[in-house]
Amino acid sequence: MKTMYWEEEIETLPRVGLESIQLRRLRNLVARVYRTVAPYRRKMEAAGVRPEDINSLADLQKLPFTVKNDLRDNYPFGLFTVPMDEVVRVHASSGTTGKPTVVGYTWKDIETWAGVMARALVCAGAHKGDMVHNAYGYGLFTGGLGAHYGAERLGAAVIPVSGGNTKRQITIMKDFGSTVLLSTPSYALNLAESMDAMGVDPKSLSLRVGIFGAEPWSENMREEVERKLNLKAVDIYGLSEVMGPGVAMECLQTDKGMHVFEDHFLPEIIDPDTGEVLPPGEKGELVFTTLTKEAFPIIRYRTKDISRLIYEPCECGRTLVRMEKVTGRTDDMLIIRGVNVFPSQVEHVLMSIEDVEPHYQIVVEREGNLDTMTIQVEVSETIFSDEIRVLENLSRTIEVEIKDMLGVTCKVRLVEPKTIQRSEGKAQRVIDNRKI
Amino acid sequence: MRVEQIAVFLENKSGRLAEITSILAGNGINIRALSVADTADFGILRLIVDKVEEAKTVLKKNGFTVGKTTVIAVEVPDRTGGLASVLKVVEEAGLNVEYMYAFVNKSGEDAVLIFRFDEIDKAIEMLQKSGFKILTGEQICAL
Repeated sequence: MKTMYWEEEIETLPRVGLESIQLRRLRNLVARVYRTVAPYRRKMEAAGVRPEDINSLADLQKLPFTVKNDLRDNYPFGLFTVPMDEVVRVHASSGTTGKPTVVGYTWKDIETWAGVMARALVCAGAHKGDMVHNAYGYGLFTGGLGAHYGAERLGAAVIPVSGGNTKRQITIMKDFGSTVLLSTPSYALNLAESMDAMGVDPKSLSLRVGIFGAEPWSENMREEVERKLNLKAVDIYGLSEVMGPGVAMECLQTDKGMHVFEDHFLPEIIDPDTGEVLPPGEKGELVFTTLTKEAFPIIRYRTKDISRLIYEPCECGRTLVRMEKVTGRTDDMLIIRGVNVFPSQVEHVLMSIEDVEPHYQIVVEREGNLDTMTIQVEVSETIFSDEIRVLENLSRTIEVEIKDMLGVTCKVRLVEPKTIQRSEGKAQRVIDNRKI
Repeated sequence: MRVEQIAVFLENKSGRLAEITSILAGNGINIRALSVADTADFGILRLIVDKVEEAKTVLKKNGFTVGKTTVIAVEVPDRTGGLASVLKVVEEAGLNVEYMYAFVNKSGEDAVLIFRFDEIDKAIEMLQKSGFKILTGEQICAL
């Protein structure tokens, strides 16, 4: 199969050429950020590094990391490098773990983003003439609009269907002849089940490829989605702090890793404990530096995603390094049906309910295709009652509060005291029985 | 006029009830009446015992969640309509029964009804006024 590229020259550039572009851009970035953003300047000064110290790509290691809290501390626009009248778009995280993190884009950023997203779509075999069914959420979340602009840039027809209203989505797929599906992998399975219930045979649809991201998924899940929706499933990676969807993309030729669009996003793999950069090919925490973003560049952002970089040449001819499917997190964040959940949020909800003690454990399972979260709460003497009704009300109150605060449905199970294992150091708050 | 009852939280897993009864037996505590209320996930064991404080202490020491509540015990003749006559008074007085259970005493002539009411004082007053015999904890243990 002949590979199609969006920007062939850069996508197949020998690494020496690529690295010289990266270095030039990195130096410009560091100088600009140092000059315009006080929090970055202060951190660099504290680390004793100046822009002129960056003379090779390896010098990147001299720069301090940026973490999610840096974004919160400078909420909302403190890390922007351009005046607000140059910003044409803002996106934000949901902010369930604290203040939302806000990112901004200049018009050139939007164009860069559309460009990398168009590259990603071409990687997946999409082309002008495709009907792109974009079921990523539109709004503050970067997924919907990010994919949208890329598909338009490509010249494909976008159906901005966003998330939800599954029956209507299937009718649209049928009537409009959707050829490319963009969604979370779990939503893709949900679509497959609904098709089954509606008596719609996926083989009667025109779907050819599905581009799935925004949550971790396994090879088994890939096979299942491919079989049930009768399409080829590929993985896309992105995060709003770096850009949004289109940071890295799997090509059709291989299912071993996603090409990182390294002329814009410079990846590193570090040891999450020491912060040391690991030798090529080793598994660790993924760190990104944006090389071309104007409004909200970021230096050495710790994603907390665990991956590995693959430098071996790819069959597709792209010289861009590949990142392995994300295999875990360095923190305890859980992704349940696409919703980010931190055990600390669950604890916060429990503690806000009178007399509930913080002895709890979260059990996550996958039943069929659906993730379920059960919160086991120990019944202490203060919350215990001899009346069933009182205890059932308590369970329900917790369930409702969790749904309200975290946006995810859970089941509360009351358990006897001391049945949740007490650990010596850090309590084991989560038992994840999903096989991802 | 009031009877102290202990309540124990039970997860629905095998052997828990046996464990409780053997702990009580091992400490020389006599169970006079019991009932178990259960849901899909958990149960509540309610017990009337001869040594309330001791029972509570030993169960707690063995890791159970134990509560103490006050119920009333009504003695009625063990014959058709015995319970109905009590419930008629309860209904007419507008009393809300949280739960109830019953046992027949050794002589076989009388039944004892254990009630958990919201308004316990009003319940005692109404039932006594209607001529029912309310037992104390000691009386139950002496049956």
